[in-house]
Amino acid sequence: MTETTRLLKNLGARLSSSARGAVARKQMPIVPPDNVAGRAMVLVIAIMTFLSCLTLGAVTLVRDTAATWQTQIAREATIQIKPEEGLDMAAALTRARDIAAGYSGVIDASVVDAQATARLLEPWLGTGLDIESLPVPRLVIVTIDPMSRPDFAAMRAELEETVANATLDDHRTWVDRLVAMARTTVTIGMSALALMLSATALTVIFATRGAMAGNGHIIEVLHFVGAEAPFIASQFRRHFLLAGMKGAAAGGIGAILVFIGFYWWSSRNMATPEADQATALFGNFAIGPSGYIGVGAIVIVIAVLTAATTHVTVLSYLKNVDSTHPDSM
Amino acid sequence: MGPEILRDVSFHLPERSFQFLSGPSGAGKTTLLRLLFMSLKPTRGLITIFGKDRSKITRTELPLLRRNIGVVFQDFRLLDHLTTYENVALPLRVRGREESTYRGDVIELLKWVGLGERMHVLPPILSGGEKQRAAIARALIEQPRILLADEPTGNVDPQLARRLLRLLLELNRLGTAVVIATHDLGLMDQVDARRMVLSGGRLEIYD
Repeated sequence: MTETTRLLKNLGARLSSSARGAVARKQMPIVPPDNVAGRAMVLVIAIMTFLSCLTLGAVTLVRDTAATWQTQIAREATIQIKPEEGLDMAAALTRARDIAAGYSGVIDASVVDAQATARLLEPWLGTGLDIESLPVPRLVIVTIDPMSRPDFAAMRAELEETVANATLDDHRTWVDRLVAMARTTVTIGMSALALMLSATALTVIFATRGAMAGNGHIIEVLHFVGAEAPFIASQFRRHFLLAGMKGAAAGGIGAILVFIGFYWWSSRNMATPEADQATALFGNFAIGPSGYIGVGAIVIVIAVLTAATTHVTVLSYLKNVDSTHPDSM
Repeated sequence: MGPEILRDVSFHLPERSFQFLSGPSGAGKTTLLRLLFMSLKPTRGLITIFGKDRSKITRTELPLLRRNIGVVFQDFRLLDHLTTYENVALPLRVRGREESTYRGDVIELLKWVGLGERMHVLPPILSGGEKQRAAIARALIEQPRILLADEPTGNVDPQLARRLLRLLLELNRLGTAVVIATHDLGLMDQVDARRMVLSGGRLEIYD
């Protein structure tokens, strides 16, 4: 028996044996791990993830701030009594306060006294104001249990009937406007997020197609050695999942650093006018656990989106590989 | 539709047969090999491969059928980022086999084709002859039912060409049908085998 015959016979016999006991060594991935197109794709995914996370952070911030405003406003109602000649303002205020306090769901009702009213008007009318000499409306602040709100309709009817010139403002208009504003902002933010995720998917499709064209020779060879389409797709999917995860993680970490940076800035400048202005608008810039969980979710969604998009793109590419590579031998 | 490259071509490749496919450049040798390898569909006519009508073979069946066909490309088609060893092991890897089950066989085959010392080298470092041997080893590793070789000795010296031819003959004796497309008359003269000559798109067979 010649050496070749022995070799080939052994080969046939050995190919069927399962355990060979040879030392396993790490093999190079079939799709090369690093090339210029791959690095560009990681960068694009990182940027898209960063922007998506910032959008989500902004949406979370607006939603939480709006919720805080809403709660604060909903905790209070105001009874206003307009002055009129012959009206005993002090008695009217006391009467209104007693009526409000009598309702269940009202935690406290207090009259804004003359000094406090003067302070409220100070920015417009200056100091040293004699509040009694001016026809200034007076207020009763009603603190409400937000969990069991009083019957405002009944309270309003009773006040209007019993106390002259009294009106009840339960801030419903403000709350409704705030809710509408918050909903609009959240919807816009979510739409922007959806657009960004779509743009990411499209970017991945183009990047995958580019990588496919760049790795066409690999696909051809895999075809020739009998690789099935799902196997080839899985090789590319693994490659791009890794690229997607790298990019998404980098973008997510970048966004978290920005959030932490803002939080640090706002807490460091807590008492300054700039920070007060920002805090008045956006709350305290804390994204909170739900924001960070959202960032994590976006990172995972973008990585999975990359892998899924790649899988579909590769399969559709493979469908046409024979016709698109007419010089394949 | 382009010009008709092959016409009135009719032949049968019996199991365990050995034949040369020759003819001038542009006669359609590579096209015929591509048709046999199913990387090209005939515009008309019938091709039956392993008892199956080519036109009825589905996309899912194609890779499984191709596993019975070994191909040696004229331009080697080695993957530059994989070592010689990994290139030769590729057909086994795509079948999902564990490396430990084939490592010894791949090393043994590489040693036999004279690449034992070059197994961890990347193809760009290999010489033309070494690349050719690696490409042949890749086609042989699974002991295919048919081997199609496009100019397999085109880049090697006569001594190595004889050695490679001997390897292909041994493979044939073990049951693999072999088709060697070549211009090399010297190579064909070494073996008394069927010659299929393509000329002007027509095929003549000399048994």
